[in-house]
Amino acid sequence: MSKLENQYSAKDEVATVFIRRTFFQRALITLKKAPFTAWLGMTIVFIYIFVAVFAPFIAPYGEAQIFKVPYAPWDEIHVFGTDRLGRDILSRLIYGARNTMGIAILTTLLAFIIGGGLGLLAAILRGWIDQLLARFVDILMAIPSLIFALMLLSIFGSTAFNLIIIIAVLDSTRVFRLSRAVGMNVAVMEYVEAARLRGEKISWIMGREILPNILPPLVAEFGLRFCYVFLMIASLSFLGVGIQPPTADWGSMVRETGELIQYAQYDITAAMTPILPAAAIGILTIGVNFVVDWFLYLTSGLKDEHK
Amino acid sequence: MHPIISTLIKRIGLGFVSLFFVSLIIFSSLNLLPGDFVEAVLGQSRTEETVATFRKELGLDKPFHIRYVNWLSAAVQGDLGSTFSGRNASYANQPQQSTARTVTGLLKPRLYNTFFLAAMTALIAVPLSLFLGITAALYRNTFYDRTVNASALATISMPEFFVAYILIICLASIYQIFPSLSNVTASTPFFERVYLSILPALTLTLVTVAHMMRMTRAAIINLLSSPYIEMAQLKGLSRSKVILEHALPNAWAPIANIIAFNLAYLIVGVVVVEVVFVYPGVGQLMVDSVIKRDIPVVQGCALVFALTYIFLNLIADVISIITNPRLLYPK
Repeated sequence: MSKLENQYSAKDEVATVFIRRTFFQRALITLKKAPFTAWLGMTIVFIYIFVAVFAPFIAPYGEAQIFKVPYAPWDEIHVFGTDRLGRDILSRLIYGARNTMGIAILTTLLAFIIGGGLGLLAAILRGWIDQLLARFVDILMAIPSLIFALMLLSIFGSTAFNLIIIIAVLDSTRVFRLSRAVGMNVAVMEYVEAARLRGEKISWIMGREILPNILPPLVAEFGLRFCYVFLMIASLSFLGVGIQPPTADWGSMVRETGELIQYAQYDITAAMTPILPAAAIGILTIGVNFVVDWFLYLTSGLKDEHK
Repeated sequence: MHPIISTLIKRIGLGFVSLFFVSLIIFSSLNLLPGDFVEAVLGQSRTEETVATFRKELGLDKPFHIRYVNWLSAAVQGDLGSTFSGRNASYANQPQQSTARTVTGLLKPRLYNTFFLAAMTALIAVPLSLFLGITAALYRNTFYDRTVNASALATISMPEFFVAYILIICLASIYQIFPSLSNVTASTPFFERVYLSILPALTLTLVTVAHMMRMTRAAIINLLSSPYIEMAQLKGLSRSKVILEHALPNAWAPIANIIAFNLAYLIVGVVVVEVVFVYPGVGQLMVDSVIKRDIPVVQGCALVFALTYIFLNLIADVISIITNPRLLYPK
């Protein structure tokens, strides 16, 4: 092991294939080598997940609990004050982590199940199914997804369920393209051919032969898609057509407290109230981006920095 | 035929095909409504006659393909139908022209506003991001490069409304330099219009510059690994000469592509920004109509956005076909 830190090594890249055996040891070694930004990103993500999971224990008050004073200033009782209806901002921020992230994760998962499944299917079957799906996706992608989502929401109505389905379907187009492209490279390998000749079912070929080999780009894509979905849901909620009240959600919290921003010259803390949920959204996205950057660097060697 | 022309014709033809399908999707969205659309709109006080009249007025008594052709031919001539908000059950049996507002009439002034904002943003953002991208590639791995990159990543990750609110707090509330409401009207003089739209344009600039700058930098750095650049370096040329004279000409195609792509992205970003600054553009109209569920207006807005999006993507492809000789000989 007398190689330079930054040097490309084929051995490292090949070795990462054998993850299953010594997964924890390997993970520890890789983690030790992680750069500062990756650590920062992971810390942010873990804090968010922790807050989301244990929201009822951390939050000082209930999600929709109403107090007497609306627009209360920041003090010991209400750390970040209260909103128009007198609900505690801090508690809503904490519960918001759960709702906003939960819906975003659910949507991304659904997008991956739809897009990934169809993409792999297209990659294996080829022929007219592939053509049909690919052209259909091309057409869906010809409309900007926020615009498309707005149109569909106006038709079906803004419920959380519709929101998840619509964004998942719109977002699955990107996943479809990626999984089809990387799946095609693997689908022509000899061992896939061998599995086909053995008479394995399509689900086996998809899940056991191809999927493990295209996992790294898909995992990285999951992170990026999550950010995208997360920002999109936040934007829609901010516009008033996403997650509906009284559910605590960061996007709609910005909308609800937005007018406080006009008082920045009198009371800066009041003006910060809508900034808090917006910052919560931004910080999580940055954190996930840091982790994904590092992951991409590890798996695919995007090393333009050292050229 | 020259390969450039046939590729171009193919690409433009594809653009029209996607336009056709997009119009089909947008049109059929009206028919996707669960339940009976007419009865839902007219509400509880409907009578048999008003339902029948309204249905006839919307042309819902005709089969789907005929309705589509009628709608499309009207849309091409600039008539997108009338809004729901201009009518209710009692108006439905009166002649259409007198009561209902037309979608086109609603869209036109707002379309001008939105394009004004987008053009203003592009004028600031494109030169700025090219400058930042090229200098970051020039001084890569220096403190300057890292700072530019880190702030780019930060602004990419921030939702538009976050950037907008920070700008409002700093530039409109604490230091009252610019107005936080951009309520322009058709009669606003040009310079006042510019002054009113500075904050929204600045927000959009911050959001798009980051992406454009990163891609410009990546396009140039990608090229720096090719042998002819190495050759130029070995000849002893200076760093700036290598980048500006050898790398940049070959990077124009991807850069043009990125710029067009980001202008298309502006179309989406404009929706949120218009709502924050109460800027009377198409995006704000669309959001309002979605909340009111005024479907013809939503359709009209979606059509306008999709048209611009497809058009910009088409231009991006055309530019990359024209400027990149390698694309002329596929395989």
